[in-house]
Amino acid sequence: MLNNYIIPILVIVILGYGFFKKTSIYDNFIEGSIDGLKILIEIIPAILAMIFAVNIFIQSGVLDTIGGKLKDVIPMVILRPISGNASLAALANLYKMYGPDSYLGYLGSVIQGATDTTIYVLALYFGSVHIRKTKYALGVGLFADVCGILAAFIVVRYFF
Amino acid sequence: MINIIWFLLISIGICYSFFTGNQEMGDIILDSSYSAYELILSIGPLIVLWSGIMNIASKSGLLRKFSNLLNPFLKKLMPSVKNPKALEYISSNIAANMLGLGSVATPAGLKAMKELDRENPNKGVATEGMITFLVLNTSGVTIIPMTVIALRKAYGSINPTAIILPSIIATTVSTISGLTLDYFIRRRNVK
Repeated sequence: MLNNYIIPILVIVILGYGFFKKTSIYDNFIEGSIDGLKILIEIIPAILAMIFAVNIFIQSGVLDTIGGKLKDVIPMVILRPISGNASLAALANLYKMYGPDSYLGYLGSVIQGATDTTIYVLALYFGSVHIRKTKYALGVGLFADVCGILAAFIVVRYFF
Repeated sequence: MINIIWFLLISIGICYSFFTGNQEMGDIILDSSYSAYELILSIGPLIVLWSGIMNIASKSGLLRKFSNLLNPFLKKLMPSVKNPKALEYISSNIAANMLGLGSVATPAGLKAMKELDRENPNKGVATEGMITFLVLNTSGVTIIPMTVIALRKAYGSINPTAIILPSIIATTVSTISGLTLDYFIRRRNVK
């Protein structure tokens, strides 16, 4: 229910607010799209690099040595805190193998949507102000990720 | 870090294929560029569209309004942060992250770190405020994970948006558990 309405609601609220505030919504849309396009172009090499590496790893079949039903989610879970592009590449492999509407497809989707690139963000933000002693930040950040992933397991079981 | 991960993924994959006598590795490498091309083409346009829509929210002041709404909550979460400018940047970072506006979120977040570092007595050491902010940022709630939706659509999902509510629930659990642990660590340190 909510899933089907949330995007149209957001679109109408955002456009309506912009329109009644008398801002030029069309120009702002174009301007934002150009920014989006620039970001997309900037991340293309990173996506290419990660698809290259993740495909080699996953399609080599090395995960088959582990066994178990959930082995194919492992690359996603490990790569998620480090690189958003790498986990996206792993997610695409998951969709290719099982389809986006399978149990693993849903699980991967929720993990990707619910957690962030914790290690990368910490490195970027602390690095920007030259902080070397990060104390318990990484521990708490990864703890939150683990809880998010466990929640994803439970929620996906319940919803699908 | 990224060097190690990248190297490990590639070398483990290639060595394993030698080990098992898998002859398809050459094809896998050649195909990877095509997979990347497919992925970029399939998720790109929707990301561009969404950036445009979100820029309307940013320019009309809706984003600002939303971040003002978050401000009092963040003040409570980060009692050690007294600098109002830092709080303002933190609010706009979190608000932009919630709406999936990465390009607005990151500059605001870096400014917030700079402001937080201004009142840092031990330069080079993270403050409590910084850690709470980053826990909130990295576990942060994204209302609409548009990249995932775009990818699901590209792979022929019959209901690409079905994951919105489950993702919001899972990310809320992640945020609350991160903040709780952070709170208890702070309290223990006071004693």
